[in-house]
Amino acid sequence: MSETPIPAALELTQEDRARLAGNFGPATGMAMRILVRMAGIYGAPRLLDIEQAHIDSTVYVGDAGMEYAERLAGLGAQVAVPTTLNVSGVDEHGWQEWDVPPLWAKHARRQMVAYQSMGCIPTWTCAPYQETMRPRFGQQIAWGESNAIAFANSVLGARTERYPDLLDVCCAITARAPAIGLHLAENRAGQIRLRLSGVSRQVQTTDSFYTALGYLMGRIAEDQIPVIVGLEVAPNEDQLKAVCATAASSGRVALFHMVGVTPEAATEELAFQGQQPLREATIAPHDLRTAWEALSTVADPQVDMVVLGSPHFSLAEFARLTPLLAGRRRHPDVQFLVTTSRGVRLLAERRGDLQVLEQFGARLTVDTCILTSPMLPRSVRCIMTNAGKFAYYTPGLLGAQVIFGALEDCVDTAVAGHVVRREPQWHT
Amino acid sequence: MAHVIRGRPLVAGTAAGQLLVTDEPLSFWGGYDPLTGAIIDQCHPLLGEIGAGRILVLPFSRGSSTTTAILLEAIRNGCAPAAIVTSGTDSFFALASVVAGELYDQPLPVLALEPEVMSTLPQGAWASLDAEGALTITEG
Repeated sequence: MSETPIPAALELTQEDRARLAGNFGPATGMAMRILVRMAGIYGAPRLLDIEQAHIDSTVYVGDAGMEYAERLAGLGAQVAVPTTLNVSGVDEHGWQEWDVPPLWAKHARRQMVAYQSMGCIPTWTCAPYQETMRPRFGQQIAWGESNAIAFANSVLGARTERYPDLLDVCCAITARAPAIGLHLAENRAGQIRLRLSGVSRQVQTTDSFYTALGYLMGRIAEDQIPVIVGLEVAPNEDQLKAVCATAASSGRVALFHMVGVTPEAATEELAFQGQQPLREATIAPHDLRTAWEALSTVADPQVDMVVLGSPHFSLAEFARLTPLLAGRRRHPDVQFLVTTSRGVRLLAERRGDLQVLEQFGARLTVDTCILTSPMLPRSVRCIMTNAGKFAYYTPGLLGAQVIFGALEDCVDTAVAGHVVRREPQWHT
Repeated sequence: MAHVIRGRPLVAGTAAGQLLVTDEPLSFWGGYDPLTGAIIDQCHPLLGEIGAGRILVLPFSRGSSTTTAILLEAIRNGCAPAAIVTSGTDSFFALASVVAGELYDQPLPVLALEPEVMSTLPQGAWASLDAEGALTITEG
């Protein structure tokens, strides 16, 4: 391989040059070559230190991703900062219970082994921020996975660019990232003022409001940073998680501010860093209704399966779910699946939640989800979910119909055997 | 009659193919099938079109950070666009191309254009791209 040209605008430290020259080993050399090429494309003036990474390249989508991981691992790659792993292509120990083709499982597991061999923490979750490795305010990190990026930046105030698959692992191996974008305080100022108009406190307490808000925010924001004003209640963490995941699906929101809620937005002035918004938009009840409707592909079909947990179901979400399931049993024609992480499953099990799920007839999958593992039987033609991200991606990725509804409606549907859905009273 | 548009090569390379133009961003994850090169996002105006072998022109990549991994698969499978043209710098596409260069010695040309120029590109016209970032369009 010929020597990597260093982009003219990029200033590298002596240590960076040593990494690039292969003095830290061939894997670090390869990671650094990719990082330096990308820093040139980003127009970065320098690289900066990161303290943590979350790798989304773990998602198995084919052999190229596996070959990439195995190339790095084969060259002896080790991560240089604490690094968590996003979902993989299979539930490592439970895939046989589903329709996963054995060859797919074999290759997805090869990819898992490769990343684990680099010294990463085997979290296998798209909600790493709800586990032990939660980033601190102001911390420089390199995270992949669009929902996690939005959550780390917006809700926690940590600083990450929107790292794509394949680059996140290069940052983890080198402990370096291009000094650009959301790593820098001056680039974190709000740009669009999104004003809630006529949205009652009552509506603001519902989960569906946050998913609809995220959907609209993604559509409106393009590549700008939205600031939501007019929120009158304090959303819980899982509601903010829904905003992040849906906004990063319908658009590419990597950071938003919510005045009075998120840590860089104690006031509107702080959220905009004293600058004027570039543009304004209003979110009214009829917009929320439109978004809510857009999250379903059909109005009233038979549901084959209820799926919860995108991003992965949290311990708090299990605590909300179990009272809804207790003493009830799903209809034989409607399957019920929750996707979560192995860490959260362990805690839910200790609390006795899993027993309630089992008695209801629910199943659990860890390490992956229905979008990243070909686990669902083809007979599943229509899915109901309370997760905006599942709703957004299910038609394209699974070719199935989808119905979006609140958690309570999902459970009632599974019990009744047909769709039970109460639309929020947006205008009250 | 041909005319030439100049852009900034994010990943330099040569390509030729029919232009496939959209002003709607696209997530490759859930939007592009790396085994066939078809566009599969149910909400996208290019739904059903084949991106493989075409010069795909779009504003930027939407949503998921898995877009790069899908594009890398498509390159490995020979089902990637011949080149990708975006308005401004889209690092996701460029990254897949840089990694394809490392792994398979097969980088995909990625070109950045000014947004005003993008809207003038004719759907379905034949075009060729050179290593300096000149896109030559043959009308009709």
